[in-house]
Amino acid sequence: MAKFICFMIIVILAPLLFEGGYIMNVLVFAGINTMLAIALNLLLGYAGQISLGHAGFFGIGAYLSGIMTTVFNLNPWFVISAASVATGLFAFLLGFPVLKLKGHYLAMATLGLGIIIYIIFNETIDYTGGPSGLSGIPQLSVGSFVFDSDIRNYYLVWGVTVVIMLLALNLSESRVGRALRAIHDSEIAARVVGINTRLLKVQIFAVSAMISSVAGSLYAHSVTFISPASFGFNFSVELLTMVVIGGLGSIYGSFLGALLLTLLPEFLRGANDYDIVIYGALLMLMLMFMPGGLARGIPELLNRFKNSLKGSGNA
Amino acid sequence: MQFDQLLQFFLSGVATGAIYALIGIGFSIIYNSTGIINFAQGEFVMLGGLLALSFTELLKLPLWAAIPCAIAVSTLVGALFERLAIRPLRRPTPINLVIITIGGSILIRGISMLIWGKDTHALPPFSGEEPVIIGGATVMPQHIWIVGITLLLISINKFYFFHTISGKAMRACAYNRRAAGLVGIDVRRMVLFSFIISSAFGSVAGIIVAPLTMTAYDVGVMLGLKGFCAAIIGGMSSGMATVAGGLLLGILESMGAGLISSGYKDAISFIILLLILFFRPQGLFGKSESERV
Amino acid sequence: MLEVSGITQVFSGVTALDNVSFSVSKNAVTGIIGPNGAGKTTLFNIITGIYSQTSGKVFMEKRDISGFPPEKLAKLGLVRTFQNIELFGSMTAIENVMLGMHVRSAGGIAACSLKMPWISREERRVSEEALYWLDFTGISDIGSVTAGNLPFGKGRVLEIARAIASRPRIILMDEPAAGLNSQETILLAGLILKIRDLGITVILVEHDMELVMDICDRIIVLNLGTKLAEGSPRDIQENPEVITAYLGDDRE
Repeated sequence: MAKFICFMIIVILAPLLFEGGYIMNVLVFAGINTMLAIALNLLLGYAGQISLGHAGFFGIGAYLSGIMTTVFNLNPWFVISAASVATGLFAFLLGFPVLKLKGHYLAMATLGLGIIIYIIFNETIDYTGGPSGLSGIPQLSVGSFVFDSDIRNYYLVWGVTVVIMLLALNLSESRVGRALRAIHDSEIAARVVGINTRLLKVQIFAVSAMISSVAGSLYAHSVTFISPASFGFNFSVELLTMVVIGGLGSIYGSFLGALLLTLLPEFLRGANDYDIVIYGALLMLMLMFMPGGLARGIPELLNRFKNSLKGSGNA
Repeated sequence: MQFDQLLQFFLSGVATGAIYALIGIGFSIIYNSTGIINFAQGEFVMLGGLLALSFTELLKLPLWAAIPCAIAVSTLVGALFERLAIRPLRRPTPINLVIITIGGSILIRGISMLIWGKDTHALPPFSGEEPVIIGGATVMPQHIWIVGITLLLISINKFYFFHTISGKAMRACAYNRRAAGLVGIDVRRMVLFSFIISSAFGSVAGIIVAPLTMTAYDVGVMLGLKGFCAAIIGGMSSGMATVAGGLLLGILESMGAGLISSGYKDAISFIILLLILFFRPQGLFGKSESERV
Repeated sequence: MLEVSGITQVFSGVTALDNVSFSVSKNAVTGIIGPNGAGKTTLFNIITGIYSQTSGKVFMEKRDISGFPPEKLAKLGLVRTFQNIELFGSMTAIENVMLGMHVRSAGGIAACSLKMPWISREERRVSEEALYWLDFTGISDIGSVTAGNLPFGKGRVLEIARAIASRPRIILMDEPAAGLNSQETILLAGLILKIRDLGITVILVEHDMELVMDICDRIIVLNLGTKLAEGSPRDIQENPEVITAYLGDDRE
């Protein structure tokens, strides 16, 4: 809990360091990516079930919000919750056949699913605007208070992120979290102790999709313009990279991974084309040399460093 | 709908289908000897096309010389990939293998983007652009090259697996890795071999398709996935079932694009992929264990 | 307690079990023995819902449980252990036992995410009781050790602790003594009797004849997929057909 309060204080105070500016805009995306990474991590890091189609769920949230508020003029807050429920339900129904698959086959099926969703975004031009995108999505507001600046969006997005993070932390440390990890370790043993693995996998898939949908809605309202390119296979892979770099099965790790991967391209400005090379290299190196991700790798390194200091002190 | 139009769709479907089959066989060879689905498979298709282009344009090699060079280089990349990424993996669980091969895939794609840029390139056709008329449908000579080379490679593949010592050893690994190891087969070398063969297959597919569809640093993703669909339809066989899968996919796509909508063309393959995975994960043609290599 | 009726299992043309029937009485230790290939493990996998049989039925207290999946059987109070030990390798021993209590605790995704007050109480109860089961099985010293790092013998006991933490009515053990040294086997025998004294029906498949003869109240002998004999350890030891099946027919 102390860790979480520290985290919250950092989130609240961070804007003071930057005094608005461009970096605030980047941090809004970092918040959205953190939500997405947590969502994927619940599925991949805890239950051990891979998804290469999460960008699709993110996109469904974004497009439902975009279309329902611009074309049908519905209340944005209502749409955000309805979209999340709808996406969750969609994932739940789809989850039964999809999560029957394991390992590589599951990866391919979710990938295929993500691409089908992406193609639908591109082709249903009447609603989505097709490849050229959907613009004029309203900013969120409460009464007369409009989330129209980076700093306001920052607090909006991070407010939601912090809540989702707390829920995810609670979940991961609970009976359900334990059952998820049990599925990861040995599905047959999990069944023998009475866990309905099939249902639980589908449920967590749905929860993960719901969180992704909320992230998508917030994304749509804060940037006010969306196009299919943000929801393709590459973004699914980017999410995967965040989770792996942060640490599979660590909620704080997902935050670190998301933050790092959102900030990285900003530091590489000018060398923009290198980011895809760096993602690939990071993904591979991390898996080979720090399979626990940053969340476990950093403390481990610090320990080793301390020990080596002690060692040299004794000598 | 006129007959010659249907025939047209059919024939161009056969040519793309042959490409998918070649890529799919690449997937199957690795899967059967290692249990790995190599997500980087598509990148070797891309490398084949772009390398052939560089050998002809930069080094001014004639096409007949550039092609073997391109195959050799992409095969080398495939071998390095196995040695540097797959073999050192400490915990080769399916998820870790998926992640590492995806990592490799975007690394190769990224480096290719730095080398060749983001533009699309065209490789010259192997023998002119004078179309051939078959029963009212026009066929490019390149289509014929594609089908011919695919048939040739599949025959060589078959010969290798059934009539050579190392091919038989690889089949033994596919049946039972431990038993293969116990009778003295160097299983790790066979894994390396499977990466070499399948990257060679992938690069050939990339070279022969490049004159037809153009090529760029990012063509590998889609082609790779289509190849995987073919392999899944064929039940991960590295024989005729996957060829049939590829052809089926190519023809359905070409018909779908012509008769329904070209925008949804790619969706067709993925819907087929999902349906097969959900309802017939053993492939469309049932179990044909004898063909599993 | 448990009744197996006319179980037949055919694997692609090969009959692994042929019309096997028997019943197991309550609060007793029943051993299933037989030479290799007799179909013991197949029978186990059918009773515990891992395989589904070609024909025949399984009843638990008169209720037809044929074809129930393992998770449903666990809820009804039928659990098992595995010959090769299936632990949750990345988790600590105590977490493994807490998972054993999964069916006896409550809390879904929503309640757990919101950390309702009763969830915390439940969690405390589960962790306290898990300590009791570690103590009961004599492995309270390894509570915080990661299961994957445990030596084989301890792992086996932990798997049993996890199984009984669900307070089952029937526990099936697949070769519990396999891979144990003689010291560990003696402890295991004591533990099995202690479990029976809790009022749990124990069924085990075992190759260690000494163990089987020592602790079983009743023994069923399988050979080549059929039931060869059934009776008390003494009956079985004196049964000529059983002796022939084990030692081969030397008189020819």
